[in-house]
Amino acid sequence: MFLLLQANTTELYSLRDLMLIAPELILTVCGCVALVMEVVLPYRKSKWTAYFALVSIGLAAASLASLYFANRDLFPLDGFYGMLRIDGFAILFKAIFLIGAALTVAVSMRYLDVEGEQHGEYYALVLFATVGMMFLACGFDLISLYISLELMALTFYVLVAFTKREKRSNEAAMKYFLLGAFSSGILLYGMSLLYGVAGSTNLGEIGRSIGVALQPSVNELGMMTSGIPLRPLILLGVIALSAGLFFKISAVPFHMWAPDAYEGAPTPVTAFLSTGSKAASFALYLRIFTEALGGLRGTALDWAPLVAIVAAITILVGNWAAVTQENSKRLLAYSSISNAGYVLLGLVAGNSYGYIGIVIYLLVYTLMNIGAFGIIISLRRRGIIGDNVNDMAGLAQKAPGMAAMMAIFMLSLGGLPATGGFIGKYFLFGGLLQRGRLEEKSWYYWLAAWAIINTVVSFYYYVRFIKVMYLGERVADDRPLALSPALRAALVVSLIGVIIIGIYPQPFIDLAQKLITPLTAGALAFR
Amino acid sequence: MLQDNLLTILILLPTVGALALIGHGLFWKRENDYRWIALLFSVITFALSLLLLTRVGENSDAAFRFEQKTLWIGAIGSYYHLGVDGMSLWLVILTTLLVPVSILSSWNSIKKRALSFYVFMLILESAMIGVFVSLDLLIFYLFFEASLVPMFFMIGIWGGERRIYAATKFFIYTAVGSLLMLVGIIALYYIHQQQAGAGTFDYLTLLDALKSGRVVITESSAFWIFLAFAFAFCIKVPLWPLHTWLPDAHTEAPTAGSVILAGVLLKMGTYGLLRFNLGLMPEMARRFAPYFVVLAIIGIIYGALVAMVQPDVKRLVAYSSVSHMGFVVLGIFSFTEQGMQGALYQMLNHGVSTGALFLLVGMIYDRRHTRQISDFGGLATPMPWFSTFFVIASLSSIGLPFLNGFVGEFLILLGTWLSTGFSYNWVATMIAATGVIWAAVYMLWMLQRVVFGRIRHGENARLSDLNAREVGLLIPLLILMLVMGVYPRPFLSRSRESVVAVQQRVTKSTGAAGSFSVEVQENKQR
Repeated sequence: MFLLLQANTTELYSLRDLMLIAPELILTVCGCVALVMEVVLPYRKSKWTAYFALVSIGLAAASLASLYFANRDLFPLDGFYGMLRIDGFAILFKAIFLIGAALTVAVSMRYLDVEGEQHGEYYALVLFATVGMMFLACGFDLISLYISLELMALTFYVLVAFTKREKRSNEAAMKYFLLGAFSSGILLYGMSLLYGVAGSTNLGEIGRSIGVALQPSVNELGMMTSGIPLRPLILLGVIALSAGLFFKISAVPFHMWAPDAYEGAPTPVTAFLSTGSKAASFALYLRIFTEALGGLRGTALDWAPLVAIVAAITILVGNWAAVTQENSKRLLAYSSISNAGYVLLGLVAGNSYGYIGIVIYLLVYTLMNIGAFGIIISLRRRGIIGDNVNDMAGLAQKAPGMAAMMAIFMLSLGGLPATGGFIGKYFLFGGLLQRGRLEEKSWYYWLAAWAIINTVVSFYYYVRFIKVMYLGERVADDRPLALSPALRAALVVSLIGVIIIGIYPQPFIDLAQKLITPLTAGALAFR
Repeated sequence: MLQDNLLTILILLPTVGALALIGHGLFWKRENDYRWIALLFSVITFALSLLLLTRVGENSDAAFRFEQKTLWIGAIGSYYHLGVDGMSLWLVILTTLLVPVSILSSWNSIKKRALSFYVFMLILESAMIGVFVSLDLLIFYLFFEASLVPMFFMIGIWGGERRIYAATKFFIYTAVGSLLMLVGIIALYYIHQQQAGAGTFDYLTLLDALKSGRVVITESSAFWIFLAFAFAFCIKVPLWPLHTWLPDAHTEAPTAGSVILAGVLLKMGTYGLLRFNLGLMPEMARRFAPYFVVLAIIGIIYGALVAMVQPDVKRLVAYSSVSHMGFVVLGIFSFTEQGMQGALYQMLNHGVSTGALFLLVGMIYDRRHTRQISDFGGLATPMPWFSTFFVIASLSSIGLPFLNGFVGEFLILLGTWLSTGFSYNWVATMIAATGVIWAAVYMLWMLQRVVFGRIRHGENARLSDLNAREVGLLIPLLILMLVMGVYPRPFLSRSRESVVAVQQRVTKSTGAAGSFSVEVQENKQR
């Protein structure tokens, strides 16, 4: 009602609102330009679109940085009548998406050449997907969040099917589309239930209404109400929301689509799907579950045990299933499932340690995973799939530098100290222990121990890559790798990122702590 | 300047050498230069490490020298904190000595991918030095894990037939242990945070807080934390029954890998027990002592008996390691000055003697491409130098008086006899003492079959004796065997106060919960 009144009396949105979404606007415009470029440019020049995409990502990053430095003392900033909220959380995640997008574009160029599918619209789609992710990070209303999610998901359905001539790619896209649409439906159902309870789609309003609904209060007739009638509704809403989101982050038991989609999709798309899309889904998850449902922590409707159980099973299934995989993309898909479980632990912890862990881990994961996929891409040639684990045999002799990079990415995925993966896991597990100490509940400890035990299992299959590359005598073949300057640059950037975060993480932790702390305050405000 | 940053320089120099090697490999690709560059850097590191002796003098107190402390990750209170005391001093020098020796030993035997080999060797050296000098638990864990990767590659790439199996087994075993230790480390951090306000990984801060009673680890937490640390270290030692990775890793590793593995990596385990388990949780150490003593004795006897029946010389030496490291653990858990000093001394002895034995086995393997005892016999005739060295190294390993092994084993057995930490200490001493006899049995029997007797295989008669390089790399170890056997004072007097500090901490500390008040007699010697 209030919103409507305001809409009638004032203009729909102000210039200030537009300034808040400047990075997204830049990407959208550039995405449209890229589409035009595809038509205008001759086929051989399609790569120009890729460079254009890189430039536009750079511009968006610059505008994001200026947005941050101009407003960092004013956060959180609400825009479009509460549809969006720009705060440290949004800025951090947007930065991760832009890094992921830039790396993806860089590793894609060569791949599309090899596949003979060098089309400009690919890069436009990547840009649009990035826009969707970025709106997911700053959306503060169920409607804006859902639309951004669909924007991201729809572009990914197309991207997964991008190698049109390959059956597996089409099959993967079909599976991904069907299950993705299904999960979106469930998610929407959960959202509608929440709307029904709270009477608003704004996350902050929902948070407040749920807080009120659960408070014992005296109604107009002078009787005590404890909000109990609403509980089943809220519970159902939380479960449906969680189920939808578990689909998106590929948590067990909703993970079935991931291995197929990851295996069939063009490799750079797999890289982007497993990092950017996953990080965006986590941003959505965090946003809803801290801002709107954070008040449920510690009540009878606490969702932490649910998430904890799912995380525990996800870690188990992801790691053990990965052990037996022969296809490296499929193996990394299961590894990505298990990593989703690890990141969920940060949500279960729900303290600043856990959130720092989520952000750092997602950043590192983006770097190391795109790096690993980049190396798989470099092995690929037309006609030869090149994504079997054994295709890496003897890489250490053929290309020592690439093998060393792959080894470091794998060790980082496993969480070996002095790599970024260790720092991320450290904070995730540390957050659990801290929470357990605070609440004096031992299951937090057991969960952390469970995660650590399964980390050892993960070493087994990460080390398998190293074993194949270094320890075998056999060389898969001695033809040169499919390298390009952009691919090399992307790999080196990822490598440097992983190592710097591993050896001197202090600046990253400081930044994450500063930007993420308000979220913690919001989540704990009800308690 | 040099002195103040000495430890950082010692850690970084080998890594710088590794980077220089990679740079050299990228631009010149001259295979023969690699070993020279690696040797140069490792020798400089060794020379610099001798500077440590300037500040850790004889009879110096237990304080840490060459300390360096800089904030590393402020958010979790982790410092880049290094320091060296009497306990770590000799282990660092042992490391820096064994690395150039093993580089020399690989001089001609590592042909395949030589660049990577020397790069891994130098990175490994950095990590090993780091383990012994770090005073921050997180940094310690970092180096502990970092030492794992190069060793994995060294076994896996340059190893023998079953190298991939051995390397994987080694990696998984050690990774499991060290992850458990990480849990223990984080638990200590939170206990400190809970009771003292801020969490810390700093060893000295933790030790201070525990000593002064500002922070008390409850009995049940201490139980689990002690086990977490002990598990990691016992896998590394390796204590029976966690030893099964060792024979495989040792046998499959290239000569240099075996030398480093036996000489240094195993010591990380016993060093960790001494420094962290005993230093941080002395009550638990007392409580667990009987179990460790029993396992150590089983290890001594089991290792010796299994070594006796090995047909493969290298495997025999590997099992003798299980036996010798059992002695070290026995000495540590005797909680007497003699026993613990002996344990520390035996760590060095084992590094020198077993290192030399592995080198010698490697040299004969380079010539004959077999390690089966039955393929040899009568080597004394064609290879007098080799045989002399082999006999001396074996005798040192057995513990013959006037050679280094004797001093260590004697001190350990004496310490066990005097120990009051567990009952039936005289039984333990007697059983452990038979280990020395068993060692004589398997070593002398092996010598008899390999070095003495008639030449049974024609090709052995034509074997060439050791060349100047091989003699040169063995000589330092040989001199050490003699010096350490005859005049142990410079070694023991430097480590004494540090070891006594730990010993006093274990014997004097009162149980946090007061539930286990083991009567510990004060050491008569002091």
